[in-house]
Amino acid sequence: MGRYVARRLLQMIPVFIGTTLLIFLMVNVLPGDPVAALWGDKPPDPAQMAIIRKDLGLDLPLWQQYLNYLGGLLQGDFGTTIAGNRPVLDQMTDAFPVSIRLGLMAFTFELVLGLFFGVLAGVKRGKVIDTGVTVFTLMVISIPVFVLGLVSQQVFGTQLGWVSPNVKDSMDMAQLVLPAIVLGSLSLAYVARLTRTSIAENARADYMRTAVAKGLPQRRIVSMHLLRNSLIPVVTYLGTDIGALMAGAVVTEGIFNVQGVGQLLFEALARREGSIIVGIVTVFVLIYLLANLLVDLLYAVLDPRIRYA
Amino acid sequence: MRGAKSAKWVAIAAVVALGATACGGGGTEEANANKEVDPNGIVSYANGEPQNPLQPANTMEAYGSVTIEAIFSGLVDYNDKGEITMTNAESVTPDKDNKVWTVKLKKGWKFHNGEEVTAKSFVDAWNWAANVENKQVNSSWFSDIEGYADVHPEKGKPKKDKMSGLKVVDDQTFTITLADGIPYFHYKLAYPVFSPLPSGFFKDPEGYGEKPVGNGPYKLKSWEHKKSIQLVRNDDYKGPDKAKNGGIDLKAYTSDTAAYNDLVSNNVDSMPIVPNSELANYKEDLGDRAIEQDYSAINTINPAFYTKQWKDIDVKVLQGLSMAIDRDTINKTVFFGTRESATSWVAKGVLGYEADTCGEFCKYNPKKAKALIKEGGGVPGNKISIQYNADQPHKDWVVAVCNSIKQATGVECEGDAKTDFQADLKVRDAKQVKSMYRSGWVLDYPFNGNFLRDLFGTGVAGNKADFSDKKFDDLVKKADAAATVEESAKLYTQAEKQLANTFPGIPLWYNRTISGHSENVKNMKFGQDGDPIFTEVEVYKK
Repeated sequence: MGRYVARRLLQMIPVFIGTTLLIFLMVNVLPGDPVAALWGDKPPDPAQMAIIRKDLGLDLPLWQQYLNYLGGLLQGDFGTTIAGNRPVLDQMTDAFPVSIRLGLMAFTFELVLGLFFGVLAGVKRGKVIDTGVTVFTLMVISIPVFVLGLVSQQVFGTQLGWVSPNVKDSMDMAQLVLPAIVLGSLSLAYVARLTRTSIAENARADYMRTAVAKGLPQRRIVSMHLLRNSLIPVVTYLGTDIGALMAGAVVTEGIFNVQGVGQLLFEALARREGSIIVGIVTVFVLIYLLANLLVDLLYAVLDPRIRYA
Repeated sequence: MRGAKSAKWVAIAAVVALGATACGGGGTEEANANKEVDPNGIVSYANGEPQNPLQPANTMEAYGSVTIEAIFSGLVDYNDKGEITMTNAESVTPDKDNKVWTVKLKKGWKFHNGEEVTAKSFVDAWNWAANVENKQVNSSWFSDIEGYADVHPEKGKPKKDKMSGLKVVDDQTFTITLADGIPYFHYKLAYPVFSPLPSGFFKDPEGYGEKPVGNGPYKLKSWEHKKSIQLVRNDDYKGPDKAKNGGIDLKAYTSDTAAYNDLVSNNVDSMPIVPNSELANYKEDLGDRAIEQDYSAINTINPAFYTKQWKDIDVKVLQGLSMAIDRDTINKTVFFGTRESATSWVAKGVLGYEADTCGEFCKYNPKKAKALIKEGGGVPGNKISIQYNADQPHKDWVVAVCNSIKQATGVECEGDAKTDFQADLKVRDAKQVKSMYRSGWVLDYPFNGNFLRDLFGTGVAGNKADFSDKKFDDLVKKADAAATVEESAKLYTQAEKQLANTFPGIPLWYNRTISGHSENVKNMKFGQDGDPIFTEVEVYKK
């Protein structure tokens, strides 16, 4: 087990270097000049641009820029922004706590309700409640997230006044509830459907018949035998989703005025701020890698037949 | 099943839209007539995170500018007729060649930290900001001053740290010597880049960029990054525009639709500009809270004169294309009447603006358009394209303009979309525009020369289409040599009329500021630079 984890962690190093290099190169291929962008639509000042480039090392050849960046990264230095000359790390430490909160809230929401609905529908398959869950999830899946976001903002924020339509303080958990629900709703539908299918399938398995024949109470059958065995596909999905929730919140963050990573990334892209883009993506890559590792380890917990050596 | 469900959602959306209309509709003015004004009320404004530290010469984008303009007061300001008014200056007087300008300051002005505003505060600030090593994006504004090249050389390190053109005479007086006389130099002085700075700034520019200390109508209370900038009234303010409210809360928004929702529901008092998606319904949503004001900005489409197509074109073809555009109808259908058809190359609200300098060529006349294009030998290739950036809502009007041209003249026309503004600029700078490109200009200073010399002069940085016309350049030279600013403006109008014979840009529309205010405030207005005038806003008692 320990060796397996160590090997997986070591594998992250080449993946990490590969992705940062790729993103670094891709940002540089994008048309547009981040230094000239400081002047907006006015003509930039060449003398000033030359000095700014020199100070930020942007006049060096690309490979040298990348090595400098990697060197800085190893010392925990994510570089400096071109606009405003602020440390990228500061901007990231402002944005990440917000997005992690939002992501985790959405994740909890989808996990709890998704599993609940899924189990309910799977156990009562063919009944009204099963049809109800199927229809509900189908509806959520077919509505694009920005429609759901804007409509719920109008209904619960502007019309009913239950919550403020926009998030005023991005660190306040209470204000993040609505955005988190919107963000997590699509995944909730998927989790519910995956759980339902998996449970419906396993309910006919031999070990289930044995458990029922042994006279175990219904609650124990569902939670210990049925659910645990049915969770593997769900956990796989959840593992990749936790990254997606933090990384893919651009639209939701925009609608509800949440100052998170999605917004930061969006602005950085518009201004071609390479150092911010690479920094954020690097963290995302790490989150994905760790989440995947966690999923693989969870398999062993859920299914004792799976062993890692 | 799916059809039925989505129908339900459409119904909900419709109810939502109706509800929004109902609560937005009229009646606020009467309700507010007997509300009392709170002189210490705070105005909230939908802003965003400033891009750069809050240093006057380092601020160009709107979010930072709004903040800087509230915290700093310059020597002069201008009104909506494009006339100069004195702020921190008692007088700004040129010599007879407009080369040496003497500035006398008003007495008793203080920075927010109590330090007196003297001639030195201005001279030091300008020298610092012009210095290339201090990396201020607006430093080229000082390029008219003698000795600029010493502190801001094209290459390498600056030779000096002071411009020879700036001299302190006494505490209240200093002189500015220009490299060449400019009759309208005091108009440039209205730009915030010419603000004074307290002596502490130069020891710690970064710290002061985080907590700016100015001489303006508002003081900084706090700046919580990406959340809000809180400003409070400066009670010691000596200027003519003393604040009628207690302060400003500049809230950081990430999207204009979010801000708009808050404006409709009275959660924020005003916002810079209503998003395009709401133009169709903003008047119904806001009722008499809607604001519509002139804004000195103009939209054009410019032919790229370095292309084969336009290199040796007969101007009649361009005049014909201009006449083929039905500006009024497109304004109504695409912009819901929120713009104004342009009849000149200079936007409204600046000194020297004159309507109809474009004459009949900016009026829709499909028959004459076709005839003119034929006379001029037709459009080479019988096809044009208009380059635009797709990250902003330009597509609709570009398509409409193209259709108008196609229908009127039979010339093929299509939009040439670039993914975003950065990509669009890159193609323009690399001189690779295929045919025409969309362009726009917002005033830097309220003088017509700003829309002419800085855009169409041979070789100037803003002239990206390689346009060159000797007659126009000569007229500009004459205007710059005029004795007074009024004369200069008149001569510039002559230069503008010459543009009708060369057509370096096809004027389309003047912009207007489309915004609104909440039920909690009154007298919310915007200047012709599109920025809010906070000092006049009054807040009702809660």
